[in-house]
Amino acid sequence: AQGAAMPFGNTHNQLKMKYTPEQEFPDLSKHNNHMAKVLTPELYERLRSKQTPSGFTLDDIIQTGVDNPGHPFVMTVGCVAGDEETYDVFKDLLDPVIQDRHGGYKPTDKHKTDLNADHLKGGDDLDPNYVLSCRVRTGRSIRGFCLPPHCSRGERRAVEKLSTEALASLSGDLKGKYYALKNMTEAEQQQLIDDHFLFDKPVSPLLLASGMARDWPDARGIWHNDNKTFLVWVNEEDHLRVISMQKGGNMKEVFSRFCDGLTKIETLFKERGHVFMWNEHLGYVLTCPSNLGTGLRGGVHVKLPNMSKHAKFEDILKKLKLQKRGTGGVDTAAVGGIFDISNADRLGFSEVELVQMVVDGVKLLIEMEKKLEKGQPIDDLIPAAK
Amino acid sequence: MPFGNTHNNFKLNYKVEEEYPDLSKHNNHMAKVLTKDIYAKLRDKQTPSGFTVDDVIQTGVDNPGHPFIMTVGCVAGDEESYEVFKDLLDPIISDRHGGYKATDKHKTDLNFENLKGGDDLDPNYVLSSRVRTGRSIKGFTLPPHNSRGERRAIERLSVEALTSLDGEFKGKYYPLKSMTDAEQEQLINDHFLFDKPVSPLLTCAGMARDWPDARGIWHNDNKTFLVWVNEEDHLRVISMQKGGNMREVFRRFCVGLQKIEEIFKKHNHGFMWNEHLGYILTCPSNLGTGLRGGVHVKLPKLSTHPKFDEILNRLRLQKRGTGGVDTASVGGVFDISNADRLGSSEVAQVQLVVDGVKLMVEMEKKLEKGEAIDSMIPAQK
Repeated sequence: AQGAAMPFGNTHNQLKMKYTPEQEFPDLSKHNNHMAKVLTPELYERLRSKQTPSGFTLDDIIQTGVDNPGHPFVMTVGCVAGDEETYDVFKDLLDPVIQDRHGGYKPTDKHKTDLNADHLKGGDDLDPNYVLSCRVRTGRSIRGFCLPPHCSRGERRAVEKLSTEALASLSGDLKGKYYALKNMTEAEQQQLIDDHFLFDKPVSPLLLASGMARDWPDARGIWHNDNKTFLVWVNEEDHLRVISMQKGGNMKEVFSRFCDGLTKIETLFKERGHVFMWNEHLGYVLTCPSNLGTGLRGGVHVKLPNMSKHAKFEDILKKLKLQKRGTGGVDTAAVGGIFDISNADRLGFSEVELVQMVVDGVKLLIEMEKKLEKGQPIDDLIPAAK
Repeated sequence: MPFGNTHNNFKLNYKVEEEYPDLSKHNNHMAKVLTKDIYAKLRDKQTPSGFTVDDVIQTGVDNPGHPFIMTVGCVAGDEESYEVFKDLLDPIISDRHGGYKATDKHKTDLNFENLKGGDDLDPNYVLSSRVRTGRSIKGFTLPPHNSRGERRAIERLSVEALTSLDGEFKGKYYPLKSMTDAEQEQLINDHFLFDKPVSPLLTCAGMARDWPDARGIWHNDNKTFLVWVNEEDHLRVISMQKGGNMREVFRRFCVGLQKIEEIFKKHNHGFMWNEHLGYILTCPSNLGTGLRGGVHVKLPKLSTHPKFDEILNRLRLQKRGTGGVDTASVGGVFDISNADRLGSSEVAQVQLVVDGVKLMVEMEKKLEKGEAIDSMIPAQK
């Protein structure tokens, strides 16, 4: 092993230096994503010769944004990190992207972490006639390894090994089992699909273009507890995705299990000499800049057929700091008036604060839905911006 | 290159076993050849432009196998890949190209006059004739690896060369990124337009990066000669027309190709070529002539005959659907082309197509009349 030295340097990147910045600068004329809004030829020139200690370069970061000009439903980020150091070496690009994406978050701001579920007020009584299910997810990266766009098979397998060892020591409500994608039996696969647990090989070009699907399904897998209310994805878009979910409207319980499980997992990793990537400015460090901070998306599948057709629906969501998606995931459309409603923010607010916004906001949206069902107006219910 | 050599040093911290891909479910040439020993030997190497063994094999790792064809499962990132990684690529080339040895020499013959016949394939059966090949421009890395700057330089050089052609080759270049709707519609109707690759065989190798930047289509005014710029190879050169006059198609192919090569040479950029591998292209399956000459031909009866595949094999021909390399045939119409690329010349390969298709059309006619074809089945070519 050569330690920190790079015997090859970053050979192809050096080759590119023979071309002028103008010759290498991507054509972003048809693009609409955060990266395209921020990247200028001057910025490109300044950063093109840099690399992280593991060799991730500017072109690696932006490839997905170059290849995917824009998305009809969501404003995409258009860049990814290849390792923890990406956010530092390329801060001249990523700080403005982060600022634009995360509501003006400044390079000097500090992020607050709060995984104490007792701090959540209410949330155990969302109306199950409207709220079909509750779910909270986040991601975690294991310090010392490169991230999914960049990691090698050896690294990915090491992440899997560490993760499965840690998860195997969970007990009680969290006792569970790991299903490696590549060894799954047909029966196991069918069960995981029926439980809505199975994640498939990424097909979204947003993910494919960044290299996250390489070597699929090697070292990818799903762990879940016997109760099927807590699951962990290994080596999908992040090293770990941690998900707490259940049918009905008891978000408090979902969040409590989430915090408890996450804290236990973190302790198990620390016992084995590994910590999660975290710093006081960016919070938890993840592959996509949109997931920095808490990495938390807490949400519900909720029936809002009347509300969603209201002229002010989008405006209300914005004021509540919430976001809508289809029930199929980030780049799908809603079907049958059922929406996935979740927190829009990730960074600059704690976990408790974000889930509180979901709980309070969904409660209000349901009140509005009920009014609209009765043919009543909702103007007096429309909130001020949070 | 998110999947490039940027990371090779870190990987050396892991043992060979830890980095070696899981090929247990794989069926492609790379998976047949690669072993832990070869991987161990090659993993710390790189070409001068930084292409590594993991770069070479990524597409084969990501694509275990294909239902219709035995895929190669590896690509070159530059001319030197074939040298630096010969321990992997030579056996693959040998397996793919009928036992071609590391010491063999390849023959180039682009003199169309050496083709016998080929101007009279029955147009009641042969709907169209087409010959294509690829060319790589020396001094640039290949589509899996090249940067935007390199790709644009290739486009610029290519367009300069092509726009200086005249006579039957006078034509126009249509860059993908500034095509008007009308131009696009016309190119689709002419069956000229190539789309952004969707086949995972190509996307996993990195060839679709930065699409549609520096990609485009050039064709002559007569619409019988076209060049794709920066798709799967630097250049793909295609001669085609309706009907069965393969001789004319091949003439235009040879003449056009040689004119283009002359112009590139004048600008001090030859094509990648050597006497062992012939023309160097991205996919090892296209080494040698890089030539696929074929027809769309109606063979509804012959194609359902139990000996169809064997006949094709003996004629050294290959069948595909009319939609391209990984499609199935529709309505008894097949794309029939030469199976070989390396170890025989352009003339020899097109001769096989001409002679073989002529025979198969005769067989089809016999079968139409309810007659047997056993006496016509050829010996192995």
